[in-house]
Amino acid sequence: MKLEGSVIFEEIPRESTRSLQPIISVRDLTKVFGQDPEKALELHRTGRSKQEIYEETGSTLALDDVSFDVMPGETFVLMGLSGSGKSTLLRCINRLIEPTAGEILLDGEDIVGMGQEELRTTRRSKLGMIFQSFALLPHKTVLDNVAFGLEIQGISAEERHTKAEEVLQMVGLGGYGGSMPDELSGGMKQRVGLARALTSDPDVLLMDEAFSALDPLIRRDMQDELLDLQQRLGKTIIFVTHDLDEALKLGDRIALMKDGAIVQVGTPEEILTNPENAYVEKFVADVDLTRVLTASEVMRRPEPVAQCTAGPRVALHLMEEHDILGIFVITRQRILQGRVTLDAAAEAVKKGKQLADILITDVPVVAPDASLGDIISLIVESPYPVAVVDDTGRLRGVISRGAILAALARKGEDVNATA
Amino acid sequence: MQLPKIPIGDAIEVLVYWIEQYFGWLLDAISGGLGFLIGGFQSILIAIPAPILIVLVSVLVWFVTRRDIKLAALTALGLLLIWDLQLWNLAMLTLALVLVSTIVALAISIPLGIAAAGSDTINAALRPILDFMQTMPSFVYLIPAVIFFGIGNVPGTIATVVFAIPPALRLTNLGIRQVPIELIEVADAFGSTPRQKLLKVQLPVALPTIMAGVNQCIMLALSMVVIASMIGARGLGYQVLVGIQRVDIGGGFEAGLAIVIIAIILDRITQNLMP
Repeated sequence: MKLEGSVIFEEIPRESTRSLQPIISVRDLTKVFGQDPEKALELHRTGRSKQEIYEETGSTLALDDVSFDVMPGETFVLMGLSGSGKSTLLRCINRLIEPTAGEILLDGEDIVGMGQEELRTTRRSKLGMIFQSFALLPHKTVLDNVAFGLEIQGISAEERHTKAEEVLQMVGLGGYGGSMPDELSGGMKQRVGLARALTSDPDVLLMDEAFSALDPLIRRDMQDELLDLQQRLGKTIIFVTHDLDEALKLGDRIALMKDGAIVQVGTPEEILTNPENAYVEKFVADVDLTRVLTASEVMRRPEPVAQCTAGPRVALHLMEEHDILGIFVITRQRILQGRVTLDAAAEAVKKGKQLADILITDVPVVAPDASLGDIISLIVESPYPVAVVDDTGRLRGVISRGAILAALARKGEDVNATA
Repeated sequence: MQLPKIPIGDAIEVLVYWIEQYFGWLLDAISGGLGFLIGGFQSILIAIPAPILIVLVSVLVWFVTRRDIKLAALTALGLLLIWDLQLWNLAMLTLALVLVSTIVALAISIPLGIAAAGSDTINAALRPILDFMQTMPSFVYLIPAVIFFGIGNVPGTIATVVFAIPPALRLTNLGIRQVPIELIEVADAFGSTPRQKLLKVQLPVALPTIMAGVNQCIMLALSMVVIASMIGARGLGYQVLVGIQRVDIGGGFEAGLAIVIIAIILDRITQNLMP
């Protein structure tokens, strides 16, 4: 049952499976930094450019009529170069930075119009934040850092420590509660930052370049873990990054920002294959395709395959007919058993052996969402094609070296053709 | 030709007269309160037998320095020397003056420092006053102290308090302003009230800098207590003054040595109180 569902899920664009009511709705959000925001806004309405406004008033237009919706459970990535306004935009959502104009609806309530008390309640219960520099409190233990949100809410020490310990376990730091933040590595610190944001069980996580300060390996681990956590917890995430690879990996949708405005919003595929203007094209031009493409996009249908109930003679015949040197063996439920080679099958026919006797069970396997980068390293080590197997053990497809090269060439052409 | 003299001196005299006239009750209350505090501290310190106090202080040093046995031993030796020089009671009075001055100075400077950190307006208003207080020669504080409080320990303490306030205030202000912006954002993002932000984030993170201010406050108080002997504050400072007046090099040096010993002990204790 689960299998069928997941297959359908893969084929339908992800957002259409979600509820249609956005959890966050940003409307015409504008932010002016400077002495006289009113005058700058006035000039802005008359259509003056950012540069002209700066020259006339000394104020900087940091956000320029930004509007977008975020659906519940979605990972929405704000991406752009430094100075594009992505961090300012994120900080407007929990009003660490006060917007100059516009509205931000969270569950239909306008955050911009809230009074201090109401804003505090919303920040406590609905919005969690994770910072680039981790921003752990140096005078508190890891456990007290994780419990900080609950402490602010006035929850008793015993209760908040129990909850914090649970969340620490969840991010893989069980037992580190008594450590001080400066005793931890960067990756561990950001796990604490993540745990701190999760402890008050907010609906929305605001992540500001959360993994940018980590070295690449740790960074990939954290990205994987975030994907895993989100799968389990179903939080809505707004993720700021300047790294396109990261955006493509994490984002359900990506908003590309430039000069305080959103240039394009779309799924990773849309951004890559259909860049709306020259700026987006330039941005995506040097994407590493091996990280974008997944196994399910590269694999071909697993044909032919041998049923495990068949004898070696059938397998040999199939291989000879298709002119191949090996064949995957599956059960009636399409669960992968292993592989037999042409030579072994011929030998078995001569000596009267069973298929099970010559079965090689140690075949390289990947999940349908594995990235091409991972598959390449597997296929280099193995003389056989790689089997794509879903989490129930069923054979979904086969990837050969040729298929990878073909996919890279095809995708590369797509991107180059639009550039 | 001579320029007509602006009557600043006359104006000050009128002002002083006016303050005495209308705020005499306040001056009396301050004087009574401080006198009581100084007397109380002095009585307690003298009531404890010297050997017991020496052991207590040495153990305190050992404890706050995280078991630095050498420093604890030096503390014991230094205090024994003061006792041996028969300067013990004078040293206890000096200590009482320093403690009272420091407590009063901190009670004023830390809240003002917090206020200055929280408001640029207050900060801008306080800055010239602090500059004035710090550049004015310390002897000058003695004059208004004498005018309003006469001669003795209380005006000495008042002058000391005024002298010791600026560094603690500045360092409290600086410490809070230097708290990294992300930590302030953490406090805000998780829904802190301004009070929670101050108590749970700003003050704890600024604590090392504030403690440096406390340390400076104590050191300045100790140095000013000696100068305040010129307006009748008693204790070791007065002994140094007597030594100068009578050209009694030996006596002056012994009292000076006792002051240095107290200064070092207080400095080590407060420096190690920092987290």
